Amino acid sequence: MAAASGEGTEGDSDGGSEELVLTPAQLIRSLEQAWLNEKFAPELLESKPEIIECVVEQLDHMEANLKRAKRGDLKVSIHRMEIERIRYVLSSYLRCRLVKIEKFFPHVLEKEKSRAEGDPSILSPEEFAFAKEYMANTETYLRNVALKHMPPNLQKVSLLKSVPKPNLDSFVFLRVLERQENILVEPETDEQREYTIDLEEGSQHLIRYKTIAPLVASGAVQLI
Amino acid sequence: MAAGGTGERRGLAPSLPLAAERRRFPRPRAAWRGGMAGERAAGLVRELHRAGGGNLPPFRAEGLRQALEEMRALYERNQADVSEAKSGRTDLIFLIRFRHCCLLRNQRCVLAYLYDRLLRIRALRWEYGSVLPNTIHFHMSAEEVEWFNRYKKSLATYMRSVGGEEGLDLTQDIKPPKSLYIEVRCLRDYGEFEIDDGTTVLLKKNSQHFLPRWKCEHLIRQGVLEHILS
Repeated sequence: MAAASGEGTEGDSDGGSEELVLTPAQLIRSLEQAWLNEKFAPELLESKPEIIECVVEQLDHMEANLKRAKRGDLKVSIHRMEIERIRYVLSSYLRCRLVKIEKFFPHVLEKEKSRAEGDPSILSPEEFAFAKEYMANTETYLRNVALKHMPPNLQKVSLLKSVPKPNLDSFVFLRVLERQENILVEPETDEQREYTIDLEEGSQHLIRYKTIAPLVASGAVQLI
Repeated sequence: MAAGGTGERRGLAPSLPLAAERRRFPRPRAAWRGGMAGERAAGLVRELHRAGGGNLPPFRAEGLRQALEEMRALYERNQADVSEAKSGRTDLIFLIRFRHCCLLRNQRCVLAYLYDRLLRIRALRWEYGSVLPNTIHFHMSAEEVEWFNRYKKSLATYMRSVGGEEGLDLTQDIKPPKSLYIEVRCLRDYGEFEIDDGTTVLLKKNSQHFLPRWKCEHLIRQGVLEHILS
């Protein structure tokens, strides 16, 4: 892959707050990490616009290189396969996010609306527009087809209450990347009491998502 | 209404004469004539649930209309009874509450029916693409078609905004790529088709070729080629 893409790429090409220089290999690894986390987390995670932008740039770069390459070169096939694989991971990641946005649309929009100023966003601007359009589309449809024909006291329906929330209590598998201490584990039954555990680096656990949600966001653990 | 009168009863009598029974529990005024309330709305949901596996059965406009009509009638009866209850007939309160529960149940069933259909229609965009087969189109109401068109447009806008100049078609690459070259069969005459190393392939109906996958993808989408899975 290094042969086709040449030198390493910049992180934020538009000069964002942090200039991160990632090698292509690191970039793809962080894409895969984001992809796996998104796949296994029950709720919509933070959006990663920098990763997506860089991966897209990388793919364009590789395509351009391939066009220039000698025909019939064996490397072409291998790099072509690489491009296909990366494109699959990126598509799968974005699709996974869209599915969650559509499934939990009132909650996602509510969370974004009540977000504090400095907190990271869970929706990219394009995803936000998509979510808003989806909500407006569905609300308008339900109102025109059913709600406006109902008695006056039943014409309003709170989508926030009717659409199910993501189940943060579901169990997830994780691998520990950075050692964590004193994670509080809630009791499952009445006889148990809550206890704390330390997460050793490299260990794998099966635990409720709610307990370790902040660790996923910070990158201390990886969902598997 | 003889709701009281427990003083007469001493212990458990093995059988009460029917007339006395009727005096003790007079028949309540029917909350709704013509079957159990909420039956039509529940029927809509039941039928949809039975057509499992993401199938979209025809839109039951008549069933929906009847359920909404029932709601209107229930509400009107309640309006009448509420004013009577306010002027002293507190025994009607149970009936009013019961009708209100029926109304809520109807609302819930109707909304569940409509929303579940929307979810199935949404899945169709991802499975069939932008243009739905006619058979499915017939099963959709006009408003559902409108919803589908707006959803398509919204999705297209989003996909175009991701991934550089041309956007990234997220409805492709559903499965991880297994091989570079795939076996395809031509479904209709297309003509000459050039592949990377300069050679051209003549795509005639029913001819089979072994072609690079990334070249064929858009032709497969258009329906010109068909991927042969062995």
